[in-house]
Parts: sequence; structure tokens; C-alpha cells
Amino acid sequence: MDWYKDSVYARLVVRRAILGVLTLFLVSLVVFSATQLLPGDTARAVLGRSATPERLEALRAQLHLDDPAILQFARWAGGLLSGDPGISLVNGKPVAELIGPRISNSLVLLGLVGLFGIPPSILLGIYAALRRGRRSDSSVSVVALALAAAPEFVIAIGLILLFSTVVFQWLPPVSMIRPGMSILDRPDILVLPVLTLSLVCFPYIFRMMRASMIEVLESDYMEMAKLKGLSPARLVFLHGLPNAIAPTVQVIALTFAYLAGGVVVVEYVFAFPGIGQGLINAIATRDIPTIQCIVLALAGFYVAVNILADVIVVSVTPRLRARAWQKP
Amino acid sequence: MKEILRAVPQPHASVSVADLRVDLNGAGIPIVDEVSFELAAGEILGLVGESGSGKTTVGMALLGHSRSGLRITGGSVCIGDKDVLRLSERELRAVRGKSITYVPQDPGTALNPALRIGTQLRESLKGQPATEADVLQLLSDVKLPTVPAFLAAFPHQVSGGQQQRVAIAMAFASRPAAVVLDEPTTGLDVTTQSHVLDTIRRLCAKHGVAAVYVTHDLAVVATLANRVAVMYSGRIVEIGPTSVVLTEPTHPYTRALIRAVPDLDGPILLQGIPGQAPAPTSRPKGCAFLPRCPMSIPACMAAPPSLARVAPYHDVRCIRSDVRVQAAVTAGRESASVERIGPPLLEIKALRAFHGSAEILKGIDLALAHGCSMALVGESGSGKTTLARCISGLHKKIDGLMYYDGQILAAGSRNRAVESRRQIQYIFQNPYASLNPRRSIGEAIAAPLREFESVSNEELRRRVGEVLDQVALSRRAAQQYPHHLSGGQRQRAAIARALIVNPTLLVCDEVTSALDVSIQAVIVELLDRLQQERGISMLFVTHNLPLIRSVAQQVAVMQSGRIVELGAVKDVLSRPKAAETTRLIQDAPHFRQA
Amino acid sequence: MATTSFRKAKRLLSLGIGTVGLVLALGVILLAIVGPFVAPHSPLDFAGAPYQPAGDGLLLGADSLGRDVFSRLLAGGSGILALAAVATIMGVLAGAIMGVAAGYLKGAFDELVMRVLDVAMAFPQTILALLFVSIVGPAPWLIALMVGVIHAPQVARVARSASLKVADADFVLFAETTGASSWKIMTREILPNIFDPLLVELGLRFTYSIALIAGLSFLGFGQQPPTPDWGLMINENRIGMAQNPWAVLAPIALIAVLTIGMNLFTDAVSRLTRARSAELNEAEPQSQALDLSSAGSAR
Repeated sequence: MDWYKDSVYARLVVRRAILGVLTLFLVSLVVFSATQLLPGDTARAVLGRSATPERLEALRAQLHLDDPAILQFARWAGGLLSGDPGISLVNGKPVAELIGPRISNSLVLLGLVGLFGIPPSILLGIYAALRRGRRSDSSVSVVALALAAAPEFVIAIGLILLFSTVVFQWLPPVSMIRPGMSILDRPDILVLPVLTLSLVCFPYIFRMMRASMIEVLESDYMEMAKLKGLSPARLVFLHGLPNAIAPTVQVIALTFAYLAGGVVVVEYVFAFPGIGQGLINAIATRDIPTIQCIVLALAGFYVAVNILADVIVVSVTPRLRARAWQKP
Repeated sequence: MKEILRAVPQPHASVSVADLRVDLNGAGIPIVDEVSFELAAGEILGLVGESGSGKTTVGMALLGHSRSGLRITGGSVCIGDKDVLRLSERELRAVRGKSITYVPQDPGTALNPALRIGTQLRESLKGQPATEADVLQLLSDVKLPTVPAFLAAFPHQVSGGQQQRVAIAMAFASRPAAVVLDEPTTGLDVTTQSHVLDTIRRLCAKHGVAAVYVTHDLAVVATLANRVAVMYSGRIVEIGPTSVVLTEPTHPYTRALIRAVPDLDGPILLQGIPGQAPAPTSRPKGCAFLPRCPMSIPACMAAPPSLARVAPYHDVRCIRSDVRVQAAVTAGRESASVERIGPPLLEIKALRAFHGSAEILKGIDLALAHGCSMALVGESGSGKTTLARCISGLHKKIDGLMYYDGQILAAGSRNRAVESRRQIQYIFQNPYASLNPRRSIGEAIAAPLREFESVSNEELRRRVGEVLDQVALSRRAAQQYPHHLSGGQRQRAAIARALIVNPTLLVCDEVTSALDVSIQAVIVELLDRLQQERGISMLFVTHNLPLIRSVAQQVAVMQSGRIVELGAVKDVLSRPKAAETTRLIQDAPHFRQA
Repeated sequence: MATTSFRKAKRLLSLGIGTVGLVLALGVILLAIVGPFVAPHSPLDFAGAPYQPAGDGLLLGADSLGRDVFSRLLAGGSGILALAAVATIMGVLAGAIMGVAAGYLKGAFDELVMRVLDVAMAFPQTILALLFVSIVGPAPWLIALMVGVIHAPQVARVARSASLKVADADFVLFAETTGASSWKIMTREILPNIFDPLLVELGLRFTYSIALIAGLSFLGFGQQPPTPDWGLMINENRIGMAQNPWAVLAPIALIAVLTIGMNLFTDAVSRLTRARSAELNEAEPQSQALDLSSAGSAR
């Protein structure tokens, strides 16, 4: 009887994927045109005033700067599609080789945030909704408001002040590793970045979970379920949660997508060898191919997370998934 | 007599409510007070009242439940030998859904959208072991398709009528001693309503279930209940066998209420009840109905009257219940036959209207004479509102011709001449949505006038005052905002806003359906007066067939986008030609025959 | 009206936290505005040894180059605040205009705006700001513009969905039947009904502007040395956190107090306006109070 499900999912994924590809195309256009905005001569802007004419010429040739913009874009986009995002201007290595490990490091970071940061936020949201209006609810809510307002680097440095320098010296203040080492060899360097990002995520997920749970708790069907004499656990987890989770899933996705930006700041603070720090380094050295590639990778992550969220939302919302019932 | 005997409470009452009181949280102000009644197995009590009377609060309290902001503070509710109000949380959970169950007003929102119908039905069995056949039997009890696929469906996949049947099946699944039904047919059309009422009647009789049927609809009570309790301002003002209360109402409120209900066999002129019920916080010291009561004497002011027996099994809360009043027989005004000569005011030829690619109106031909009032009746989805919206220019995707006063009427109000925009005024169904909450009533009424004429502020004030007078609203209302007014007052303000530009046609879209019957009658009186005094033509859209006798001379019966019958109201009602008209007449609940 | 007094009490409580927030935020804003005129030292002059601890005439010690932390603190907020204010006003104004027009006019215009918003929001926006600022250089006008551009789509979404809720209301339809112009309907009928959420957006966006702009400074893409700037100060003095924590702690604390205070205040305003709007839009005379749940708003 689930025959229709597949087609609904398939249609959704295809539609969203097309939209995603379109978005990525537009993003790549923006990224590309942004680099065209470099004031004056791009090669000189990259290499600085002291550059010799030979080096300038070499760079122009390498970047094909004398070609028309459209051709440059086509060449670059074609390279990306074939898995070759170009050569770093800083050390001449392929960009893919440089940022590959960084991507996996950042994914580990985000994965840990998903594992340790999100479940407590959801549970606290449910808890606060059930105790709405009481002291425990309002105190958690005020903390959430505060965390939502404070910039990431404030939270990060606050945690460093607290756990790594001034008050306690329990954890390393930076997350640097020696070349060749994996971040998984040093779990202690992961603690503060994961904690920071979890605290950054917490208010959004908490508040959405709380708000949608409250809305559900006040719905007619929850009153009806109560009047059926169901147990509180069944009430909350079987009747309430499935209806309240969909908006939260969407917010989790949005938050994760937002983390694609937050990760830059947090990795920079902790000198974490991830993609965000890579971006800051690349910007500092004006390594254009690397900048372009990292921005696109982050955009791709953003798009993918949003597609995933849509699929999950549809799978937890029967209304979106099933058509009108017909007598067989 | 048999009716009355059946209504006699049995020695072992299934439900026994005594001195029930529900307060606003923390303030000691009763929303509901001194409510007592008993019900025997198989008996159905109609709990009737207008909005704010406390009827739903009583229904909820029977399950030991109160909505947020309210608290049950006194009395007892015994189901069998258990007092629901004195049970622990755990004991209460065992009783709810088992001994006493609940059927919600709107199953569309009361069934859990995330759970399959089968899951929700099984839950209602409260842990009794049940095979799939048992669950299917529950479906068959309420005449739902007995196939497993139905159990696997989610609520949104079935129709509104089916959803309500599911809710009823859930309520009867555990074979309860009592069931509370909270206006379960409100959103349904008359035919579905009559089927659902049959089902409820049958199940109560079959399983010996005592039922409390909460409703605002006297006609439904007449067809369903053995006894009726009328509530006003938180108290039962009259309780007795249905046949007695409806034919010989004794409380002045019950009498007035019955005069306000349109009925195919009742008088044509409806009489509204002036004023409105007091809020719980501002009840008068004496009888709560006093300010609206035509029979009040100084003694009524002293203290709230208590419920007194006037006849066997018939109790009334009025110190003047001994005064026998001849039921006021108002001579029915014969609807003026409209045979006016000259071109019609509004003429529609082969009008078709679309919503996306769906054809909502499939060729409408209609002519409305000057000064005439025509009702458009039909079930939801028949296209009556779309037709009204086409005429007022709100629905733009149309094909066909409309003439107003001989001039072609364009699709969409923005394409029309200023003069036709002024002459055709639309009044909306829901007075809670038709006034901008952020604008004062005075500004709202003045806005259309500003659109059509350039008038000085002084002139504006004068004319706003004039129309407020005409709709019997205080001039003070001009400074107030919509949330200061009651529903009936808001609808008057909306009418005033239409009147201020001196229209020749009022298009009234279900203008009374969001209001209580006593207020509906007042609005109907007002519209009738306007038509008489100012010669305004009217198109009155309604699903309420009995009402058309009071508001219109002509009627167009609509069904799936077509007019199936058109004629003078009295001819159509006495000699219906179309099958749809006959069906509407049959399924309309008549309460005077009870 | 017990619920009313209950409601009022609850409202006062939330206003209490909100008032604390407002006082805190105003305190920091005042400090940032008046600060430069009362600083004991020039923010650019050397007043002590690098990372000299607090005391010895330097209230909060010295920074990495030996400049007075307190004086730099007093001087380092006005730039952030001015940029944040400009960016917020630009973003909210642009977003509100787009949102109201899309929500009311619907059709092709709405479709266009929504697609543009989709793409804008499918882009990691901080990265967008970083990208442009890194390429063009940290010019103040660019930072304000970028932050405004980041806000506009979010504000437009809020304005659009609020407008959609009233765009089909009967009172709007009525105004249409009288032939009122679209402009009149948007300004007279719709805007007053969505003014509250826009006000809340203004507060939220201002908070986020401060966070974003301070963040850019922290990353080195805002004000450039030796200008005193809270975000920049934090980064400059991170290395010496152990010797003189005040050089980092003080600007961090000011940014935190400002943003958190603003947010607490905005949230209280949001609760108040929601309660008021629930009262104004009361569906039935006797309906119960709505729960004053806090606004769920994402950046």
C-alpha cells in the first residue's frame, strides 16, 4: 500500500535536486563574478605591488586572465565538474588535495555537534514546553535568548577563558595538530569547538521545539487524546512529538546550514584544521582558486542539508505524503 | 405522553451531575454555576445555549476536564458510582475513554494528523484485546467502509463526514456508560448531519449509552434529544422533556430563543433578542437575563433565581414562571410578490466562473428586480458564494455577461466604473475578519465614502453618525475598535460601512452564520427594515433554508455550479420542483414537529 | 477578567526581564557614544608595557602594544554601532518593502521575489559577506551593505508571511471592492497589521548586525589596526589572555551585554505585541487567552 510513497519521495528529491543544482550554478556565478571584482589588475592584486612583470605574466597565463570572462567561467566550472578545482596560487598544489582533509575534519566536527548538541536541545525544548510558564521554563528560555544573541566568537572565547586559560586549564585553547596526524587522535582538541557550535545551535533548535510542542499541546487533538485517558508518555511521545518534530527538523537543517558560516569563525578561533580556517587562510593569501572552491563546497553542504531536511519533513508529515483515501 | 415517560430519570442514573461549578482561574468568578441534572442509560440530553453560555465547559467538566484558564471548583459528576471530580490523575485516566467518552466539535482538528485511523481507533479500546475484525466491526457500527485500507489511512485522507464517524466510533468503542458530544455536526452539510444524527441515536439506543449533546441548534435537539437543558450565562435556566420545553417554553429566554429560530413551519418574521448576554465578570446581581427580559419586575433584581419545578420533570429558573404568557403568534407577513415592470437591476447571462482549471459556475442565468431580495441557497460547494463574489467583483476568472442597471458589469471591481462599485456593496460572512483590527469603527465606515466622494471631515462625521443610527449602534462606537464590539455589533458596523455610500444592491454572504440565533434574528430584522425603508435590493447567500423565508421574496437553489430552481420563496418551498430542493427541505431539521 | 490580570502579571514579568535587557543595552550604547570624549588616554598612545595587568593608573591594564585597554574600550564601540544601525535600517526597509509587496500583489511578482529569496537564502550568507569584503577590502560602506543584504531576505520572508495572513482578509477584499489602490491597501490596511512583527525584526536584526560586524572585525575584515574596535581588540590581545585577561574579557563582555540585552528586550517586545495582537484579533468575545510563547526566530 506504500506504492505512492516512493513516487512522492522521488519527485521531491528530483525537484529539490534540480533547484539545488540551479542554486549552486547561481552561487558559482556570484563567486566567480566576485573574484572579477578585484580592483585593478587581478594578478597585481594577488601578488602585490612588488611583483615582477614575469611573475605577473605567469599568473595571468595560469588564471587565463586575458581570456573573456565567460570563457574563464566555463573553464573553471568545467574543471569543478570534472573534479579539478584548479591549482592553489600559494603553493602550487592542487586545491582538491589541500582542502580534502579539511573538509573531512569539518564534517567530523559537525557530525559531533549533531550527535552531542542536537538531542539535548530537542529534549530541553520538549521539557520547557511541558513546564511552560513555570520558572524552569523561563530560565532555560532566557539562557537560550542570551546564547542566540551572543556572537559565536564571544561564546568561543568565553569558553576558552573559562576552560583553557583564566579560570581552569583543563582543555587546550587551540585545536592544532601536527601534519599527518588525524584530529581523531586528539579527542581533547575537539571538545571546545564542539561545545561552542552546540551552544550556537542550541537556542534555535530549543526554541522551535518548545514553540511547536506548545502549539501541539494546545491543539484539539491533544485535548482529545487527553480525554481518551491516555498515559502522559503516550500523549507526549506518540501523539505530540510526531506533529511537533517537523518544524524542528527544518530548523535543525537551517541551523546546520548556518553553521557552514559559523564554522569559519569557530575554526578560526580554535585554529581548527577545517575548511573554515582554510577559507580565512586563503582569503589572507588571496588564493583565489581555493577561495572559490571552499565557498562552493560550503554552498553545496548548505543545499544538501536543506534537501535532506525536506525529505525528513515529508517522511514525518503524513499530510504531505499521502493522497486522499479511495475505496479500493 | 410516551415521550415524557421515556424522559423520566431512572432510579439508577448513569450520569448524575450536582451543583457543578467552574471558575475562571484564580478569580473566583464562576463561568458555570449550579448545574445539576441526571441521565439514565440510553437517554440523550440536549444541552442548548448560545456562545458563552458555558455549555461546552459543562460538557468538558463531565470528563473532569477544564480548558486552560478555567478550573472546576465545586459539585460532583458521578458516572455510575464514581465521582469523576474526586479521582486521582491515574483513576481519572482509567475512567476517561472507558466509562465516559467525548466526541469533538471539529474532527478535522481533533483527530491526530500524524496517526493512522486504525491506531487511533485501537487506542479507544483502552487495552481490550481486539482483533482486526473487532476494529472493523467498529467501522461498520458507524457505516464506514470496513476494509483494512481505511484503517491504514490518515485522517486528512477521508472526508469531513467520515472523520466525524471515526470520532463517533472512537467514542462508542469502549462501550462507555456516557458520552459527551460537543456540537459534532457543526461543520457538516444538512444531509450528512442528518445521517450522523441517525447514527448517534442508533448507537445510544443499541448500547444503552447516556449522552449529553452540546449544541446551539434547537432543531438538532428536537430531532435527537429526549430531554433538553437550556443554558444562559453559565446556568441552566430551563430543563425538561424536549417536547414540553420546545412547545411550551416557560423561561422568557427559552421563549425568545424559539421565536428567533427560523423554521420552515414557524412564523416568517423572526424576533431577535435585543442586547447580549452578560460576560461572566459583569453579570447583574439578580437574574442574568434581566437586562433583556420583557417580563422583568423589580424582584428579579434581588437575587439570582433558583431552579423551580413547574411541572413533573420540568424545572425553570425564573421567579415569574407562574405567569402564563400566550405564545405570541405573530402574523406571518406574506412576502410581497415582486412583479415589477421595467428592466431588472441585475441581470446575469450564461455566467461561468473558474478556480484554476476547475469550473465552479457552469452557466448561471439570473435576473434581480429593483427593490427585490433574492436568496441564494445550496450546500457548501454549490457555488453560491462564488456567484456572489462574481457579482461584487471579487472573483475575476469568469466568462459570460453581467449587466447592472443596463450597463455591462466587468469582471473584477478594479475594472468597473466608480458608480457600479459604489452601488454594489458586499457584506462578509465573518464580522470578526471583515473589519481591520487596527482601525477604529469610524475610520472603517468612512473609508469607502472617501473612496467615492471628497467630503469634509465634518460631513464625514455626520454621515458616519447617521449610518450608525440606522444600524442601531451607539455613535460612541465610531471611536471604538473592532475588538471592543460583540459579533452582532461588528456585523452591524459592517452593514453601516456598506450603507454609507447609498448602495442599490447589498450582497450578503452568509452574514448571520457566524452569529448566535438571537443575534441572527436581530440582523435579519435590520436587513428587512433597510429593504423596506430604503428600497435596497439584496442578494442573500445562505445554507440555511428555513432562514430564506424571513429574508427574501425570491430564491435561487444552487447545486454544483448551476441554478436548479428559481422562483418565489413560498412557491419553491411549498411546491419544490427540483430534487435538490426537495432534499434540502427534507433534511433541514424542523423543530416544531417534535 | 481573571485571565486578564493573570495575563498582565505575566506580561509585566516578561517586561521585567525585557527592561533589564533594555537598560543593559542602553548602558553599553551610551558608553560607546560618550566613551571617546571621556577616555583618560588616547586610544592610540602607548601608556604602559605590553599586557601590563590592571592597576597602576590603567584601570584595565594595557594591550599587546601597551595601549590603555580602558581608553580603547571607550573608543571602540561607536564604529560598530553606527555600521550596525545603518545596515539594520537598510536591510529591514528593503526586506519590508519586498515582503509586503510580494505578500499582497502575489502572482508573478511574488514568484520572482520568492525565487530570489530562495537563492539568497540557499547561500551561506556570512561567507558571502566574507567573500566580498575580502576581495573589495574592508570598506565601511561595503560592510554595512553586505550586512544589510544578509538581513533583507530574512526580513522579507517575515514581512511576506505576515502580509499573506492579512492579504486575503475580508477587510482587504472589502477595500478592493471599493476600488482602493494597491498602494492605499498596502499602507492603510496591511502595514498597520504587520507593524508589530516588523518592529520585532528591527530589534532582532540590530542584534545580529552587531554580532556580524563585530565578528568581521574579529576576523580582521572590519576596522583595521590601529583603530580601536571591540572585535579587533579581542583578536589582537588573544595571545596575552593569561597576562592581562581584561584586554579580551572587557570587549567580549561589552559585546555580550549589548547583544544579549538587546535580544532580551526584543523578545519582551515581541511577547507584548503578540499578546496585544491576540486581543485585537480575538475571534470570539469569550475566547481564552493565547499562550504567550516566545518568538521562535532564526537568524
